[in-house]
Amino acid sequence: MLSVKNLKAKIGEKQILNGIDLQVNAGEVHAIMGPNGSGKSTLASVLAGREDYEVTEGEVQFEGKNLLELEPNERACEGIFLAFQYPVEIPGVSTVNFMKTALNKIREYRGQPSLDAVAFLQLMKEKMKLVEIDQSLLSRSLNEGFSGGEKKRNEIFQMAMLEPKLAILDETDSGLDIDALRIVANGVNKLRSKNNATIVVTHYQRLLEYIVPDYVHVLYKGKIVKSGGKELALELEAKGYDWIKNELALA
Amino acid sequence: MVKDNQVLEEITSKEYEHGWTVDLEADEAPKGLNEDIVRFISKKKLEPEWLLEWRLKAFRNWQKMVEPKWPNVKYPEINYQDIIYYSAPKQKVGPNNLSEVDPELIKTFEKLGISLTEQKRLSGIAVDAVIDSVSVATTFKEKLGELGVIFCSFSEAVREHPELIKKYLGSVVPMNDNYFAALNAAVFSDGSFCYIPKGVRCPMELSTYFRINAANTGQFERTLIIAEEGSYVSYLEGCTAPMRDENQLHAAVVELYAMKDAEIKYSTVQNWYPGDKNGKGGIYNFVTKRGLCAGDHSKISWTQVETGSAITWKYPSCVLKGDYSMGEFYSVAVTNNYQQADTGTKMTHIGKNTRSRIVSKGISAGKSQNSYRGQVHVLKRATNARNFSQCDSLLMGDQCGAHTFPYIDVENSSAKIEHEATTSKIGEDQIFYCLQRGIDEEAAVALIVNGYAKEVLNQLPMEFAVEAQKLLALTLEGSVG
Repeated sequence: MLSVKNLKAKIGEKQILNGIDLQVNAGEVHAIMGPNGSGKSTLASVLAGREDYEVTEGEVQFEGKNLLELEPNERACEGIFLAFQYPVEIPGVSTVNFMKTALNKIREYRGQPSLDAVAFLQLMKEKMKLVEIDQSLLSRSLNEGFSGGEKKRNEIFQMAMLEPKLAILDETDSGLDIDALRIVANGVNKLRSKNNATIVVTHYQRLLEYIVPDYVHVLYKGKIVKSGGKELALELEAKGYDWIKNELALA
Repeated sequence: MVKDNQVLEEITSKEYEHGWTVDLEADEAPKGLNEDIVRFISKKKLEPEWLLEWRLKAFRNWQKMVEPKWPNVKYPEINYQDIIYYSAPKQKVGPNNLSEVDPELIKTFEKLGISLTEQKRLSGIAVDAVIDSVSVATTFKEKLGELGVIFCSFSEAVREHPELIKKYLGSVVPMNDNYFAALNAAVFSDGSFCYIPKGVRCPMELSTYFRINAANTGQFERTLIIAEEGSYVSYLEGCTAPMRDENQLHAAVVELYAMKDAEIKYSTVQNWYPGDKNGKGGIYNFVTKRGLCAGDHSKISWTQVETGSAITWKYPSCVLKGDYSMGEFYSVAVTNNYQQADTGTKMTHIGKNTRSRIVSKGISAGKSQNSYRGQVHVLKRATNARNFSQCDSLLMGDQCGAHTFPYIDVENSSAKIEHEATTSKIGEDQIFYCLQRGIDEEAAVALIVNGYAKEVLNQLPMEFAVEAQKLLALTLEGSVG
């Protein structure tokens, strides 16, 4: 589904990604872990197409298409979803209205007719149940005055609505208490299928207790320095990131 | 950034949608302004002697006045002798029904999206359409007539209801109120008149569609709305003008008069030609709008969505004379390219326990300048007056300006005045968030701007709100930099 080869990117003059290789297939969950400043969020942003970053080298194929040539909204329409670490506030625009606009834009891109109000509401009700979110939250201005937990839950609701092929969760666990974490993780798990894939970007192993990954990659100084199964996350938790740093220093 | 500029370029080069002219055989006055022109207009309109005298008095006043220079707008000197002050599409005076109306005119309205024949069938809106200076046709007259509601062109009102015109003309905006109001009083050509009798709740939205068609014509329309005790009316005004290189002058006057317990809701969607992307052409819009809450517990509410005109100079105001009367002003003013807007309101609290509410949302893009100018004046005897003002500015790009000039004059210490103001920019973060959900940049801007202006748009009647939303999006397409 996603194939990243030797991806290098910088912001301004600062080189952040130094040659990432990553292969993600349908049905898989990949966790990207790493210490602060290792480039985890940059990788998520570059895949989503944020213009602040300049790709200097490498290639990214998504479902056979050159992802780097697509505009951010085209990437979204192709099925890439980014759950934001810091969801953005849009005053006066409700989540309902936002999702209706987004869904119909994506459908338009795919040559499908717009959903009418009834069909949209039905879909919304179904997804609300799935991620345990309250209607009153969805009628409020997007993310305005939301608690940290509400913002993240709202991101997962949006993900449920748009049914992406590839979901990238950027530090979705940050700022969540244990109950909110469980609800968010449950939502993600319910959305998992053999046809879609998930990349979980996280600093802590905690989230991975709830969203169990098939693969874990450790990112350090803009490169994937170690890959393994879910047990790698536990090892990291036990030994800390210094373990990786020391190992690299020795090699 | 390069890409953004490209989008901006593309969009701003998009042509004004309503920029077509129709060849109507026009009945025009010669260029220029003097007493003979005033007489010519009055005679053309078969006016009584007293009205001619009133016009002449206004004209003599105007000659002694000077054009106001305090607004935060810049434009070349207007040559008032180079303007045609009267232009009427040639046709028999006073069409009685639609079949008598020039088919070209009907086509014009159809282009504007208001087909009169259609309007006739669809209940809900009665339209008094004004092209250039003459009201073309008034629909729904009969139905309204049954309730005693009078809704007709101003000239017709002069002929049919002279006692009302004589009593109320200039009662809210005196003939010498200001430079442009005096000019209007001297040469006004037509407009709408509306009278709601005691206790009547007008069952439909009344609507006027203004359009300036002939080249070099100033449009000086005059609207007068009188709401008798306990009555209610909602009035809509929509404006478009064809695209022309030279600037056209528009100086209108609107007077609202609300008696005890009466309510008048006045909504405007203004989409006059703003000039091209280099600032050439466009309408100069110098308008005086004022409502008088004469009776106790009366209410006047202004809602405006201003997207057009090269220059907007406009302060719809409320004089709160009756005790417990209430004034409201909801405004969205959008400027793009080289447009300049200096707009706001004036709330004058005279009666006791009077309340006013101001919500102003300015949006500036391109190289435009957008100013809010508002005055809240609480007079000595206005015990317990209350005002709440909120003035927000939204900036798009880094070459536009937003300015706020609030004036607060309080002469009674029991008054409570609140003023809130914010300035914000459409963030790249907001745009990216939308993009990441599959929403393209133009749709994203429309979504964000409509969200920002929602509080005002919500005040508009349903069908107008939809049009206003589309207009906002159209005016601002691609202006994120």
